[in-house]
Amino acid sequence: MSDTIHSAHGTGKTGTVPPAIELRGIDKRFGAVHANNSIDLKVEKGTIHGIVGENGAGKSTLMSILYGFYQADAGTIHVDGTLCNINGSEDAIAVGIGMVHQHFMLVEPFSVLENVILGVEGGAVLREGVDKAREELRRLEREYSLDIDPDAIVGELSVGLQQRVEILKALYRGAEILILDEPTGVLTPQEADHLFRILGTLKQQGKTVVLITHKLREIMAATDNVSVMRQGEMVAHRHTADTSPEELSELMVGRKVLLRLEKGNANPQGTVLQVDNLCVDTRAGVRKVKNASFTVRAGEIVGIAGVSGNGQSELLEALGGIRAVSEGQVMLNGQDVTPGRGVGPAELRQRGVAHVPEDRHRMAMVTNFSAEEAAILGYQDDTAYQKGLLLDWGKVADATRHMMEEFDVRPVDPHLKAANFSGGNQQKLVLAREIMRDPDLLLVGQPTRGVDIGAIEFIHKRIVAMRDAGKAVLLVSVELDEIMSLSDRILVMCDGFIVGEVNAADANERVLGLMMAGVDPKQAEAEAGK
Amino acid sequence: MSDTIQLPRWIDVGVLPLMNLVLAFLISGLVVMAIGEDPTEVVRIMLYGAFGYEEAVGYTLYYTTNFVFTGLAFAVAFHAGLFNIGVEGQAYIGGLGVTLAALYLNWIPAPLMPVVSILAAALFGAAWAYIPAYLQARRGSHVVITTIMFNFIASSLMVYLLVNVLRPQGSMTPESAAIDENLTLPYIHDMAGWFGFDMTSSPLNFSFVYAIACCVLVWLFIWHTRWGYAIRTVGANAAAATFAGIEPGRYIILAMMISGGLGGFMALNEVMGVQHRLLIDFTAGYGFVGIAVALMGRNHPFGIFLSALLFGMLYQGGAELSFEIPTITNDMVVVIQGLVILCTGALEHMFRPRVTRIYTAWRLRQRAQEAA
Repeated sequence: MSDTIHSAHGTGKTGTVPPAIELRGIDKRFGAVHANNSIDLKVEKGTIHGIVGENGAGKSTLMSILYGFYQADAGTIHVDGTLCNINGSEDAIAVGIGMVHQHFMLVEPFSVLENVILGVEGGAVLREGVDKAREELRRLEREYSLDIDPDAIVGELSVGLQQRVEILKALYRGAEILILDEPTGVLTPQEADHLFRILGTLKQQGKTVVLITHKLREIMAATDNVSVMRQGEMVAHRHTADTSPEELSELMVGRKVLLRLEKGNANPQGTVLQVDNLCVDTRAGVRKVKNASFTVRAGEIVGIAGVSGNGQSELLEALGGIRAVSEGQVMLNGQDVTPGRGVGPAELRQRGVAHVPEDRHRMAMVTNFSAEEAAILGYQDDTAYQKGLLLDWGKVADATRHMMEEFDVRPVDPHLKAANFSGGNQQKLVLAREIMRDPDLLLVGQPTRGVDIGAIEFIHKRIVAMRDAGKAVLLVSVELDEIMSLSDRILVMCDGFIVGEVNAADANERVLGLMMAGVDPKQAEAEAGK
Repeated sequence: MSDTIQLPRWIDVGVLPLMNLVLAFLISGLVVMAIGEDPTEVVRIMLYGAFGYEEAVGYTLYYTTNFVFTGLAFAVAFHAGLFNIGVEGQAYIGGLGVTLAALYLNWIPAPLMPVVSILAAALFGAAWAYIPAYLQARRGSHVVITTIMFNFIASSLMVYLLVNVLRPQGSMTPESAAIDENLTLPYIHDMAGWFGFDMTSSPLNFSFVYAIACCVLVWLFIWHTRWGYAIRTVGANAAAATFAGIEPGRYIILAMMISGGLGGFMALNEVMGVQHRLLIDFTAGYGFVGIAVALMGRNHPFGIFLSALLFGMLYQGGAELSFEIPTITNDMVVVIQGLVILCTGALEHMFRPRVTRIYTAWRLRQRAQEAA
């Protein structure tokens, strides 16, 4: 069977048509970091080519070199068989390379049309350029069925539509090769499917797509070929049809990994956390959490699913005592601990709430601090760390070493700057700090964001171990896979509301996806069943 | 992981400041040559003027004392992420506190007077820093703007007080009455005399010893107490501080008040140590130079002491220089001091990328050799 698929990719084309992109021996160092080590890559014309790798494997650096943000120390770039000298994004655009960044580069108060022509207005008087652009936009939109109103204000569009504006921008500039950097991070599964349909259309029209992602599922679903990067090196090229997620993850990590988490059944006990009618407002007065009510019992993991920006972050921060609550009540072990009314993070910690915040660098640690300084953040007033008026750094170092050994943080050096640990090791240190306090309730946000696969496995196991030790765990994650494999119950948030609850055992991606888009659970199930 | 190479401390706090300093002196040398003087002669006079004889050393260390206090003051606020431009005004108001204590609490036994003046200086300096700190912490008014304003307010207030309130009747100069000589801080040459050593008299007084003690105390406070930890957390990452239950506003106020208190200590040296009365504008810009002192000393008390010593040398050696070589006026000395501030403060990072690159290349070659 693999033979037929193989031929279906038309590898025979290589002889006649030069590859859309060919990189030869690309080398790039940042100080001591060898970000790209003589990378070779061929992307065939009219294909969707995936590039996978863990965080820090060098994918983004490679694409930045291709798009002219960085210059390679060595190596050459060939586009359609001709050697190109790309010294800036203008050069990249000139040879037909377009890029859709992970974080959109859009002017929100402008209309779609205005965003698209930004920088290529054509002359001092707008009128003529705008008219021409409108026509061109209509044609592009029809050709690729993008479904966008050129006069809509970008700030009012959903994230999925904004992404399409980015694609439109690239196409308008004559892109034949489109690079997408982690395009699905902010999309619901349905929006992601729509994106892949658009990419399919682009392929049919002869465009070439390079898709950078760490989600193997997307690689398997959408690409023709895939290249794997590890620690700055290109370790393998595969036809997608000839490989499997297991093989790819093994290539990415360099060893076998368990993709499915093995966990026993939950054994929930009494209620630890009870949230009633909770409302949270931002400082600007925007209501981000709307009348949320739920409970978390000892011995279970409750996951909160949702597209990022739908109130989960604010909910988690409020429960951690960082954000004041506007309305409603939070009860911990039967006692009122509603944050903002005299209860802050310090008191919640004392009462047995541990919090692993979503954003490691912004909140969970001070990257400029040494590991031992990072390891007492939040517990700096603990009497065990004091010696009279002074901090007992000897004891702190011992405690840090203990955390590092227990949670496999490498290297075991309490004096090393936190910034010099990899993302996975930083996160393991943060988890060690919070979990080793033996809390009753663990609040954990995006536990594996920016963490390598090997560490993900370890972190997931420790969170399940917390549950099995009879602790309550509230998990917030935008990775649906993570929510589904870890949680015992799943709450879905959309636009600040908890739209429904699903038993993890019965959950399926389509239903959750529809709920994340705000569809009522019953209707979602009916629709997904169709 | 450990692949990113950190510059070792000896380069960060040793080699880099030294390179900046050498650059400053090279440019100064060119300026000196441009007005037709011999740079080596200038260096000789400056060094001799600063360290050549006992009295010179005394003067150098007396200036150093001022810079240690103002440098430490700036550094403490800096660790909380605050740029306290107001040390000048805080020192000025600290002087008011010291003077009031010495003039109106003169019934206090003389041996207790140093403690009382330390408390008064700290209290007044801290109080003056409290208002901008409060406005920053609770109202979001930027501390750089408010502290600059408070320098002007302090200046006007002191002129008013010296002219209308503190000036003794019949005196024509805007300064306070003299402080009882029994209450002032002892000179170092007098203290040496108690132990039977003979020293030339200089303005160097007990404040210098206290300044060194403050270096140690600040070091302990910032790096070895939980309050110092909290201040550094607020300065490095306010969101992380909030997460950790450290309320940023509270520690902004604490850091600013300690900063103001340390600034106020400068008045000990000037008012209680040397002038023995409150003079108009006695702060003479030491508070501003303290910013350069702290930046050059990497906001670490040891570094601050060394850079304070350098600036003490520039002040004393510079004074000697304009005395010895008439073509080098006082303004020329200010130019040299300005070049040092420019190169060590403002251009602090000029050599860093290059040095980092050279060091990294060297380390990598070394590692490769080790591996081979």
